[in-house]
Amino acid sequence: MAKGPVFLERRTYRLRRMMDAVKLLPLLGFALWMVPLIWPLPDPADQTSADPMPMSMALLYLFGVWVFLVFMGWLLWRRTAGKMGASGTASSLSSRPDEQG
Amino acid sequence: MLALHQLVIVCLAYVIFLFVVAFLADRAALRGQGAALLRSPLVYTLSLSIYCTGWTFYGAVGYAARSGLEYLTIYLGPSLVMIGWWWVLRRLVSIGRSQRVTSIADLISSRYGKSNVLAIVVTLMAVIGVTPYIALQLQSVVLSISIFAVPEAGGTPNGAGFNMTQAAFWVAAGLALFTVLFGTRKLNVNERHHGIVIAVAVEAVVKLVALLAVGVFVVWGLAGGVGDTLARIDASAIGAWEVQGSRWAALTMLSAAAFLCLPRMFQVMVVENDDERYLQIASWAFPAYLMLISLFVVPIAVVGLDLLPAGSNPDLFVVSLPLSQNQNGLAMLSFLGGFSSATSMVIVATLALSTMVSNHIVMPVWLALWQGGATQSGDVRNVVIRARRLSILIIMTFGFLYYRASGGGGTLAAIGTISFGGVAQFLPALMGGIFWRGATRLGALWGLGTGFAIWFFTMLLPSFGVDAALSRDIFEQGLMGLGWLRPQALFGIEGLDPTVHAVFWSLSLNALAFLVVSLLTFPDPIERLQGAQFVNVLDQPSASRGWTASVAGSEDLMIMAQRILGAREAQAFFEAQARAQNIPGQLPEPSPAFVQALERELAASVGAATAHAMVSQIVGGTSVSVQDLLAVADESAQMLEHSSQLEQKSRELSETAAQLRLANEKLTQLSLQKDAFLSQISHELRTPMTSIRSFSEILRDAARLSAADKTRYASIIHSETIRLTRLLDDLLDLSVLENGQVSLHFGQGNLQDVLQRAVTTATAGMAGSLKVQIAPMAQDVLLNTDLDRLVQVFINLITNAQKYCLSEAPELTIAARMQRDGLAIEFVDNGQGIAVDEQAVIFEKFYRVSGAQGDGAGLGLAICQEIMLRLGGRITYLPNRAGTAFEVFLPGSVLARHDAEVALSPAS
Repeated sequence: MAKGPVFLERRTYRLRRMMDAVKLLPLLGFALWMVPLIWPLPDPADQTSADPMPMSMALLYLFGVWVFLVFMGWLLWRRTAGKMGASGTASSLSSRPDEQG
Repeated sequence: MLALHQLVIVCLAYVIFLFVVAFLADRAALRGQGAALLRSPLVYTLSLSIYCTGWTFYGAVGYAARSGLEYLTIYLGPSLVMIGWWWVLRRLVSIGRSQRVTSIADLISSRYGKSNVLAIVVTLMAVIGVTPYIALQLQSVVLSISIFAVPEAGGTPNGAGFNMTQAAFWVAAGLALFTVLFGTRKLNVNERHHGIVIAVAVEAVVKLVALLAVGVFVVWGLAGGVGDTLARIDASAIGAWEVQGSRWAALTMLSAAAFLCLPRMFQVMVVENDDERYLQIASWAFPAYLMLISLFVVPIAVVGLDLLPAGSNPDLFVVSLPLSQNQNGLAMLSFLGGFSSATSMVIVATLALSTMVSNHIVMPVWLALWQGGATQSGDVRNVVIRARRLSILIIMTFGFLYYRASGGGGTLAAIGTISFGGVAQFLPALMGGIFWRGATRLGALWGLGTGFAIWFFTMLLPSFGVDAALSRDIFEQGLMGLGWLRPQALFGIEGLDPTVHAVFWSLSLNALAFLVVSLLTFPDPIERLQGAQFVNVLDQPSASRGWTASVAGSEDLMIMAQRILGAREAQAFFEAQARAQNIPGQLPEPSPAFVQALERELAASVGAATAHAMVSQIVGGTSVSVQDLLAVADESAQMLEHSSQLEQKSRELSETAAQLRLANEKLTQLSLQKDAFLSQISHELRTPMTSIRSFSEILRDAARLSAADKTRYASIIHSETIRLTRLLDDLLDLSVLENGQVSLHFGQGNLQDVLQRAVTTATAGMAGSLKVQIAPMAQDVLLNTDLDRLVQVFINLITNAQKYCLSEAPELTIAARMQRDGLAIEFVDNGQGIAVDEQAVIFEKFYRVSGAQGDGAGLGLAICQEIMLRLGGRITYLPNRAGTAFEVFLPGSVLARHDAEVALSPAS
């Protein structure tokens, strides 16, 4: 395990949570972009099925997610860039104990 | 309407413009100017946009027109990879920088123990996998040209007077020429080719602007605004969401995998990366670029479907739509955008591939065939350039052949997915390599082989169409009639979409083979070390790998640089460096900065790994590769073994020498003994002979001799001859005994009787006053041996006592006693004994105790010893007794059988 203090000062703590967000963002993006999997498909055999998702809605949703992800990426970059290298926490952040095998 | 020749002129002008841009960028980089622009995150992001090829530019619209929003998957995957930069790309870029990889083949082979086999496999797979992609670029360019060629035919590409195959050939030739000129103008291989990167960035801007311009024109010019456009979309043929879930997920993942594995993406993303921090900027900037470039695809498709006549090729809406509205300028811009997409992709892809081909296939073969050739000046350089150019031509030829074979009929999107499926096969080996230390070379080979074979059978071959590469029988009955080997229904599972089917089976079986074989095999040392370095790359401090070149000889560096760069260029480079160090006219000092610069210069010619190895050879020290270390270790182990062998040999030799010395000493001693023996013999013989001669002369010459004198003299002669005879008898006896030729006459007798006989014989006729006492024995002891010889020994001992015991009342006591292992008979007299220093030699031949009177020849005890040896016993002198004491020992075996039990119980 990476040795260090148990509690961190507020700024370092925030930085670490920002990095957590950076790591989690692609998972969020994947989840959001896989939402179309649960949209109903038009079934030519069954006329009574639910109305298929209109193209414009699908378009707006997918591009909306895209813009959101880009914006979040930009925001996180503004918050974390530079500080990582300067505070020297990059190595402690990136050292993952499960890789020591 | 634009004429074809106008189009060609515009294309040429555009190419020349790119040339100038590239040239200026190269020159600026050489002068160290404009670094802020050349190495900016903006340029890095834009260079990533070679992901968007002619497929994106033309194919996406066609894709959307046919399958709705499915086209987006091709961009969602890469966006996710970029947004998730922290997980994979950061690692890849770190590894790329610390290991100085030149291509994805280099990375994989380097991870798995620098295996050249693996590098060749990956290279071949990459060439085969990317070939459809290059064909796709040819097709997109040819299609777009065909629109301009036959405007009257309403945009259909089958108009008269335009030969598609011929056009494809000329486009391929032009692109090949362009790439050869552009990519190998200088021997600039892996390190920052600023010219190309800048040109690619410019092209990225051109294609984005072109597509956005067409999009804006369509939305606001033709459709009448955003709201109207959305309404029109909903009303169109693709107005509802109808993408199959399996395809949506599979294609997203496939494009993500391909984004990581495509050789050209690897080139710009990892190899050309200047600064790891750019990665985070690109992590949002590149998805933004992808978003923008795919933003207007659906509107263009929908409006194209609306406005253009039915049967128009939707792949060409981007050009044909403005053309149909008589927007020639916009059409030309759009055409240039597509042209940019295709050319930039082809340039970077062929560059990346040709680097792989020349580094992993041509160079090893060349070095193996012309051994020692690399030592000639300039050779390496020419060979590398030629290998690259040849590789480019070969790759382009493959692309063209694929285009011809596939008939140019396939839709752009389908061809692109095939290519993606091929390169995605690298994914398990790549991910396993950077995350899992247990991944082994054999595992990677098996995984790659399995995945590639399945891809080849289920995706590439079927792409030529039924009855082209695979017969209808194989499609319906399976390979060799095996039902579970149908290319679109492996293992009998039907109903899957062919693409999903191929991607699922190839990647899952690939990963399975990779994992299982890795678990079962054991990596060699280099593999394990490389594995540890790759997996733990982020834990190591990312210090710059500068040289501490204190010992590097500038002259050596100069010689090496001339070999690779050419004499003139090397001299110019060294002069410039010397000027920079303020010592013009001399060789530059081998400072770390200078060596680093030189290594970069060399890396541009022969690849980073080779350059690094070459510099490290001369500079020595800082960065020794694992292989070097192992080689050194091997060598020293061999030397150790060698020296230990030598040591053993020398030990054996010295042992032999000691033995020889010993033998020599013995021989010398023997020789001395022989000499002494001879002189003793002659002495012993001469003494009686002298007296015999003198007395016989007296008898002959003296005239008057009294009868008494005569008798006296004759008896002296007689006694002397007796003595001679006895001496000769003894000698004969001894030599017989020593040579082992004696024959023993075994007989039985009582010890008491034997002793009595000896005493009687020895004392008979002797005037001596020796008193012999035989100690009484508890029982009779029966002997079974050569009794005569034994008696001889006893007589000798008794006679010796008679001769040499100088006591006033000489007395000899003979005592026999049983021992655990035999019978010991002691002969002890009451004389003064034998001096300690003489005790060791009394058994030697001719030895006589000093000061002894008597007429013995000194052979008696020697004979006794020999006899006892023959009888299986021994005779020893007993020191520390009052007088002279000898012990005759007879082993238990000579004791007669019926006394055995008595003999074994010690008698007192």
